[in-house]
Amino acid sequence: MSNAPASIVSRLAQSRLIWPLAGLALLLLFNLVFDRAFFDLSTRDGNLYGPIITVLRLAVKVMLLAMGMTLVIATGGVDLSVGSVMAIVGALVAFLAERAQLGFPGLLAVGLAAALIVGLFNGALVAYIGIQPIVATLIMMVLGRGVALSITGGMPVRIEDAGVLFLGRGFIAGVPVQIILVLVVFLLTALACRKTAIGLFVEAVGDNEVASRLSGVNARGIKLLTYIFCAVCAALAALVSIGDVGRVEPDRLGQMLELDAITAVVVGGTVLTGGRFTLTGSLIGALLIQTLTMTLVRQGMPSDVAPVPKALVILAVCLLQSARLRAQLAALFSKSRRAVS
Amino acid sequence: MRQFFIRKNLPILATAAVLVLLFGTFSLLFPNFLSLRVIANLFTNNAHVGVIAVGMTFVILSGGIDLSVGSVLGFTTIFVATLINHEVPPVVAIGLALVVGSAFGAGMGAVIQVYQLPPFLVTLAGMFLARGLAFVVSAQSLEIKHGFYGAVIDFGIPLTEQVTLRATSGIFVAVFLAALCLAHFSRFGRNVYAIGGNASSALLMGLPVARTRIWIYTLSGFCAALGGIVFTFQTQSGNATNGLGLELDAIAAVVIGGTLLSGGVGYVAGTMMGVLIYGTILTAISFHGQLDSSWQRIAIGGLLLVFIVIQRLLTRAPAFGRSN
Amino acid sequence: MSDALLQMRGISKSFRGVQALKGVDFTVRAGEIHALMGENGAGKSTLIKVLTGVHARDGGEVLLAGQPVSPRAPRDAEALGISTVYQEINLIPELSVAENIMLGRQPRRFGLIDWKALHARARSALQRLEIELDLHRSVSSCSLALQQMVAIARALDVNAKLLILDEPTSSLDEHEVAELFKVLRRLRDQGLGLVFVTHFLDQVYALSDRITVLRNGELVGEFKTAELPKLLLVGKMLGREPAATEKVGATPVTGDGGKSSGDAFLVARQLGRKGAVEPLDLEIRKGEVVGLAGLLGSGRTETARLLFGADRKTSGTLTLDGQPAALSSPAQAIGAGMAFCSEDRKSEGIIPSLSVRENIILAMQAGRGFVRLLPRGRQEELAAHYIQALRIKTPSPETPMQNLSGGNQQKVLLARWLCLQPKLIILDEPTRGIDVGAKAEIEKLVDSLRREGMSILFISSELEEVVRASQRVVVLRERRKVGELSGEQINEGRIMEMIAAHE
Repeated sequence: MSNAPASIVSRLAQSRLIWPLAGLALLLLFNLVFDRAFFDLSTRDGNLYGPIITVLRLAVKVMLLAMGMTLVIATGGVDLSVGSVMAIVGALVAFLAERAQLGFPGLLAVGLAAALIVGLFNGALVAYIGIQPIVATLIMMVLGRGVALSITGGMPVRIEDAGVLFLGRGFIAGVPVQIILVLVVFLLTALACRKTAIGLFVEAVGDNEVASRLSGVNARGIKLLTYIFCAVCAALAALVSIGDVGRVEPDRLGQMLELDAITAVVVGGTVLTGGRFTLTGSLIGALLIQTLTMTLVRQGMPSDVAPVPKALVILAVCLLQSARLRAQLAALFSKSRRAVS
Repeated sequence: MRQFFIRKNLPILATAAVLVLLFGTFSLLFPNFLSLRVIANLFTNNAHVGVIAVGMTFVILSGGIDLSVGSVLGFTTIFVATLINHEVPPVVAIGLALVVGSAFGAGMGAVIQVYQLPPFLVTLAGMFLARGLAFVVSAQSLEIKHGFYGAVIDFGIPLTEQVTLRATSGIFVAVFLAALCLAHFSRFGRNVYAIGGNASSALLMGLPVARTRIWIYTLSGFCAALGGIVFTFQTQSGNATNGLGLELDAIAAVVIGGTLLSGGVGYVAGTMMGVLIYGTILTAISFHGQLDSSWQRIAIGGLLLVFIVIQRLLTRAPAFGRSN
Repeated sequence: MSDALLQMRGISKSFRGVQALKGVDFTVRAGEIHALMGENGAGKSTLIKVLTGVHARDGGEVLLAGQPVSPRAPRDAEALGISTVYQEINLIPELSVAENIMLGRQPRRFGLIDWKALHARARSALQRLEIELDLHRSVSSCSLALQQMVAIARALDVNAKLLILDEPTSSLDEHEVAELFKVLRRLRDQGLGLVFVTHFLDQVYALSDRITVLRNGELVGEFKTAELPKLLLVGKMLGREPAATEKVGATPVTGDGGKSSGDAFLVARQLGRKGAVEPLDLEIRKGEVVGLAGLLGSGRTETARLLFGADRKTSGTLTLDGQPAALSSPAQAIGAGMAFCSEDRKSEGIIPSLSVRENIILAMQAGRGFVRLLPRGRQEELAAHYIQALRIKTPSPETPMQNLSGGNQQKVLLARWLCLQPKLIILDEPTRGIDVGAKAEIEKLVDSLRREGMSILFISSELEEVVRASQRVVVLRERRKVGELSGEQINEGRIMEMIAAHE
C-alpha cells in the first residue's frame, strides 16, 4: 500500500474508471489515426454539429437511464422496467398534450408523478415484500408496456408541445439541450449522493445489507428511493426521446434500452452484485459503447450489427472482473499481484 | 400428508385453475371459442414460443436464466433461409442450425460455469451477439420457397372435417413430451432439479454440477434454434429481427406455469399450461376484435404479479425447520 | 493397532498464511463411535474437510483400512466409503425422501429411471436404520431429525465404511436425540466406524467410545470416554489443567474490585426465544462489566441478539434505564442507547469495500438519517481519533476495510459502536483472531469504558479474559442459564464446574 499522498495519476490508476476510460481513449486514438473526420465540428445557425455531437446525442437516453440504473444496481438490484416506464411516460405526455391541452409544466409534473408511482411499485415489491429484483421489475416491464399501449391505443402520436420539443431538439449556447440536461442531472445526482448520506447508505447496503441493518441503516428505505430515482430518470429519458423524434411510438419507445443501460453501468465499473458505484463510470460506459458503435459504423460496419461489439465488451468486462480468470492469468505469468479480496 | 402435497404443488394447481377459468370465461363470452379448431390453433400458433419456453424451463429450474433465446431464434430463421436460398438442402440447413444453436448455448454455459459469471450478464451478451450475427448473415427479410417447406406446411393429420393437426404443433407436442421424459426419467433432469434446489448441497452430494450446467444451456440453445425452425415453417421466411423480446414471453410463460425463478421447483407441464394461457389470451383478444394488443401485455403482466406474489407467500415458510 | 479403520497422521493445512491444522493425528476403529471435540478455531471442520476431499492437505498421510488415500472431491471420498452428514443438512429440500437418498445413483431401465426400483432401494436403506418413513414426502416437510435420518440413509447406501456426523444434534430436541443415538449405536454394532463432531458434553458421554480433542489446530489427545472425567475434558478443550485452575482462581478482577454505581441499566426477566434461548433473568448495572461464559453452542450469541432486538423474543420482559423496552429492530435498540459488536464480523460487521472511516461512522450516520451528512471534517476527526485510541493499523483512513487484518477490522467495528457513545455495549467475542498485544489494548479499553459509567456485556470463549474483565459472570450451558458468580467468587475453576455440571 503506498503511503505517499495520492497523485491524480496514481489515484486514477487504482480507480475502476481506468478501464472504461482506457477503452474510450483507445477508440479516440484509433479515430485520430484512421478517421480524422470523426473530430470535425461544424456550426449551423450557431449550433454545433458533427460526429462527436451525434455520438453524444445518441448516448443521452442511455446515459440518463444508466444513472438511475447505477444506484439500483449498487444496492444489489436491477430494474428491467425502465424501457416500459419510458413508454408509459411518453404515451401519457403525448395523450395529455393532445387531449387535455396541458402545457409543458403540467406535462412534466404528470410524467414525474407517473414515474413516482412506478418507482414506488417496484420498490415496494423488492424492499418490502422481498421479491427478487429481476422478477419484480419484469412484472412492470410487461405490465407497463401494456399500459402504455392502451393509453394511445397503440397508435403513434405526434408531439407538438414546444417545451418537450425544445428538450429534444433545442440548443442552448450552441450545445444541444439534451446534453446539458444530462450534465445537470449528473451534477444534481452526484451532489445528492456525496453531500448527503444517500451515497454512503447505497454502497453500504449493496456491499453488506445485514451489517448495514445491524448498524441501524434503513435498508428498505434506501432501496425504495433508488427504484423511484431510476423511474424518474426513465421519465426524463422519455421526454428527451420523444422531443427528439417528434412523436411517440408506444410499442418501440424504450424497447430493449434497459439492457443497454445495464451494459453501460457494468462497463463503467459498477459491479452487478452491488456496493461501490460510479456515476461517472456509467456515463463513460454509455459513451464508450456509443463511440464504439459509431466508429465501427464509420468504418463500414452495418449499423444493425451494432449489438455484436456490445456483446464482446460485456464479455470482456465480466471476464476482467472474474476472480477465476485472474487466478488463471496469475498462474500463467506468476507475477506477485496484490490480491484484493 | 395431503397438505404437503397441496402446498408443494399450489403454484401449478393455480396455473391449471387459471387456464380452465380463462378458457371457460372466454367460452361463455365468445361463441365458437370452445372448439377443437381454436384449441388446435393454440398449439399451432404458439408452437415457437412453446418450444423455447420448454428449453427455458430447464434453465430456470436450475436457478439460471437465458436472455439469448429470442435472438437465437431470429438468427436461426435468417440462417436457415439464407442457406436454403443458396441451394443447401433444407434438411441439412435445419440440422446445421440446430448444431449452431446448441453450440452457442454450450459456449455460454461453459463461460458461466468455468468463470463463475452471472448467467444474466453472459446470456445478455449472448443475446446481443446472436442478434448482431443475424444481421451479419443478412439484414433483409428472406423468403423460403422450397418443396420441402411446401410439404411440411401441407402436412397435417385431420382430426375432424375442419380441424387438422399441423406439423408445427406436432413438433411442439413432441418436444414437450421429450422434455417431460427428460425431466422426470433421466438423471440429467433430476440433477437439474437438484442444482436449482440447492447447488452447494448438490455439489457435496457428488452430483456432476459443472457438466449438467453446461448441458442445460446447450439444451436451451437447441430449443431456441428449434423454435426458430418452427417459426420458419409458420412464416415461410427468415428475418434477423424475429424473436425480439421473445425471451421475456418465454420467461413469463415459465413463471406463470408455476416454476420458481429461484429454481428447484416447477414442472414442464406447468410451462405448457403457461404457454396455453398466453395463447388463450391472445386468441381472446383477436376474437374480441376491438381490443388492441396492449391488453395482452396487461393481462400477462397482471398474471405474473399474482403468481409471483403467491410464490413469495409460499416460500416465506422456511424450508428446513428451525434456524440455528 | 488392531482393526484401525482410519488413520490420519501428521495432518497439516494452512490457508493464506493462517495455520489451521498442525501435525494432527486422528484414528478411528471399525465398530466404534469416536467423538471429535474442540472450541472455535480448533480445526475440527478443517480436519473433516481434509478427510472428505473438500480441501487438499499440505502435509501428513491418510490411511483407510491400511491403504493410503487422497480424495480430491467429496465424490472421491464417497467412492472410498467415507460419507459425511453435515450440520446444514445437505439434501435437496423440495425433492422426495426416496429421491434424495438415491440422487446421482438412480437405478435405470433402458436408459430411463426406474422409479419402482428406486423406491425399493430407498426403502431398504431406511430399513437398515429401522425407520418407517413415507418415501414420497418432500424432505422439507420432514422434521430436522428425520432429515438427518434421510441424510444418513443416503450415506449408507453408498456402502459407507466410515460415517462422519458433523454437529448432528444442534437442532434436535431430547427425544429426537435419543432416537438418533439408537440408530447410531445400531450402525456401530454393524461394524461401521462413526465420527461424531459435537460440543454437547452430555451427549459425548452418552454415546461415544473414544474422544479426540483439538485446540488451536493441534492435537491435545485421544482418550477413552470412560476414563476421562468431564471436568478434565472441559479443561483440555479450554487449554486449562484442573490443577492450574486453583491458582488462576486468584486472578484479580481488573481495576478497583469492581464497584459499580448500583443502578441497573438493563433488566431482563424471563427473557427467552423459542428454539434459541430458555427464559432467563439478567441484570447489567451502569459502570459494570457482566461476562457471559459458556462453551460453543451454549446460546451466548443468541442471548445477545435477543437483548439487542436483532431477534424477536417469545417470552419475558426487558427494561432499559427504568423504561420498559419492546425492541423489534437494531435501529430501535441503537436509539435506546445500545450497541452490539457482533461475533461474526465477516457477514454481520464489516462492509468490505467501504473505507475504514466510512465503516467507523456508519452507525452514527444511520442515526442522523439520509440527509444530514456528518461533515467530512468531523468524520475524519472521529476516524483519526479512534485509529489512534484503539491503535488500528491501517495505511490510511481511506483504506478499504477488506485490506485490514482481522484484528484491526475488529477494532474498526468497535470504533463504529463507540462513536455512538452508547449506554450499553454488547461485545461478542471481541478478541477472537486478534494478537496478544491488541487483546490487552481492548481489555484496557473495556475497563476504561466501565469506569466512565458504560454498561458492558462481555462474551468470550477465553475464560481468563472473562474472569479478568468482569464484575459478574453469567454462565450458560446448552441454551440456559446455569449460574451466576460475582466479585471474588469469580474464578475459572468455578465456571468450568458450572459448565461441566451434570444435572
